[in-house]
Amino acid sequence: MGTRVEGRRDVVVVGGGPAGMAAAARAAELGLDVLMVDEGERLGGILPQCIHPGFGVHYLREELTGPEFAQRLASRVEDAGVDVLLEAHVPEVRWISHAEKGVRVLSPGFSGEVRAGAVIYAAGARERHRFEIGILGDRVAGVYTAGEAQTMMDVYGILPGRRVLVVGSGDVGMIVARRFALEGAEVVGVVEIMPYPGGLTRNVVQCLEDFDIPLLLSHRVVSVRGRGRVEKAVLMRVDEGLRDIPGTETEVECDTVVVSAGLVPRVEVLRELGALIDPATGGPVVNDRLETTVPGVFAAGNALVINDLVDHAAEQGEQAAEGAAEFLRRGGIPATDWVRLRPGEGVKLTVPQLLSGERDVWIYLRVNRPVRNARLSLRGAGREVRLPVVRPAEMVRVKLMAGEVRRAKVGGREVVAEVYRG
Amino acid sequence: MTGRGKVRRLTCIVCPLGCEIEVRLDRGPGGDVRVLEVRGATCPRGREWAAQEVTDPRRVVITVVPVRGGDPPTVSVKTDRPIPKSRIPEFMRALAGLEVEAPVRVGQVLAKDVLDLANVVATRESRSMGRSFGERP
Repeated sequence: MGTRVEGRRDVVVVGGGPAGMAAAARAAELGLDVLMVDEGERLGGILPQCIHPGFGVHYLREELTGPEFAQRLASRVEDAGVDVLLEAHVPEVRWISHAEKGVRVLSPGFSGEVRAGAVIYAAGARERHRFEIGILGDRVAGVYTAGEAQTMMDVYGILPGRRVLVVGSGDVGMIVARRFALEGAEVVGVVEIMPYPGGLTRNVVQCLEDFDIPLLLSHRVVSVRGRGRVEKAVLMRVDEGLRDIPGTETEVECDTVVVSAGLVPRVEVLRELGALIDPATGGPVVNDRLETTVPGVFAAGNALVINDLVDHAAEQGEQAAEGAAEFLRRGGIPATDWVRLRPGEGVKLTVPQLLSGERDVWIYLRVNRPVRNARLSLRGAGREVRLPVVRPAEMVRVKLMAGEVRRAKVGGREVVAEVYRG
Repeated sequence: MTGRGKVRRLTCIVCPLGCEIEVRLDRGPGGDVRVLEVRGATCPRGREWAAQEVTDPRRVVITVVPVRGGDPPTVSVKTDRPIPKSRIPEFMRALAGLEVEAPVRVGQVLAKDVLDLANVVATRESRSMGRSFGERP
């Protein structure tokens, strides 16, 4: 419609969720010519369906619901003069040269290639489905991912079922369980394979305990049964090694099974482009400008690493925009002798994976088990941080000083993040 | 925590940090709950919340309201202030019949003083579709 698509852009941002909107707004505020493309009919990514409060406490210093947070960023995108193309899919990003990439765009109004000096990839994540977590049995109606259930209920106003079993106790699973309970459905339980809840404690309190929803730890759903529609789910207990304990099958009557089993970064386009993917995060390997291993292509938000706070996704968008601006200004991010940041004892993943030592850097890491009175050691950088508690559900974010990174350059050229008790 | 009174342990829900808070309280002459001390909160909002939680727990309620002729066909809403936790089911029943006309803008009050507890405010916009639902453009 009004949006100019053709021609060369300084920056093309792929994805109009929180990371993409923050990236596009920041890049335009830095004086760059920016096109942002998104698959949806409206901006916001998954925010419009996340109607609960708790967004923006850090990034906007105000507690908002998801739709309100999206609205704030969308206004900023508009004020900054970003061109936005909606209902547009990006199947490919093509390498033309160090200084130029081709972004293939398919949309009702425009199909073709847009040339860009830099690309910020913020296409988010997809939800894991029932078969990825081993829920076998009948292929019946009534099995939804958490995002599908949220969209039905909170965008289209349709209650997906009346007797609901939620699989997975991450924040999204617990929040969806509360929404079902509030709307008058019976939530027969939230099933969690681990021996502890997957999400934040505040959500155990205000989503499950407030509504007397049972949490079944160390259990998993092995199958779904029914004719045409879900009639029951079969549960089993698991041992410490997450193996099924024979003879512990129980059947739970329900008409709906909601799978909230985590997210997987959408990186197919980046992989095709030749970007190195980190098996620990599922996202691309990036340096401290959030540039992937393909020069001029940056990543942010859930396409980079699965975030639990929208604030972090938006912050990464801004960092990627600043990286893209530097890339355009200097004709590339100068390849220095990078220091590798990697996970060690007790740590599942770390981002960014490559540190320059030229600048202070926010590092994000996730632990692989809960620890009270934790000591986080960034070995090689000579840095220790004490934390009252760390949990797999809560990303740890620490600022590492340039000087600390440079210390590792004389040693093993790496910083290893380790978490210990006490 | 030492001293007189009873201690209640809470997990703060004000922000994602989830501080473990201890509240020491006793009963006044009229049986009312009195807060003597709050410990473990790392911000003033957490201290206020903990004192409120043991005396009169409240929650902001979130739901969606159908919008006639709207795209999307609902708006998300929240109460403009927290309401007593015990009255949430009654509040939800009072909202069950509510339906509004498109367009709706963010911040618009869709129902005033529901059960004399709170206003219901839109948190998402819904535009007029300009044609009936299901009709092809």
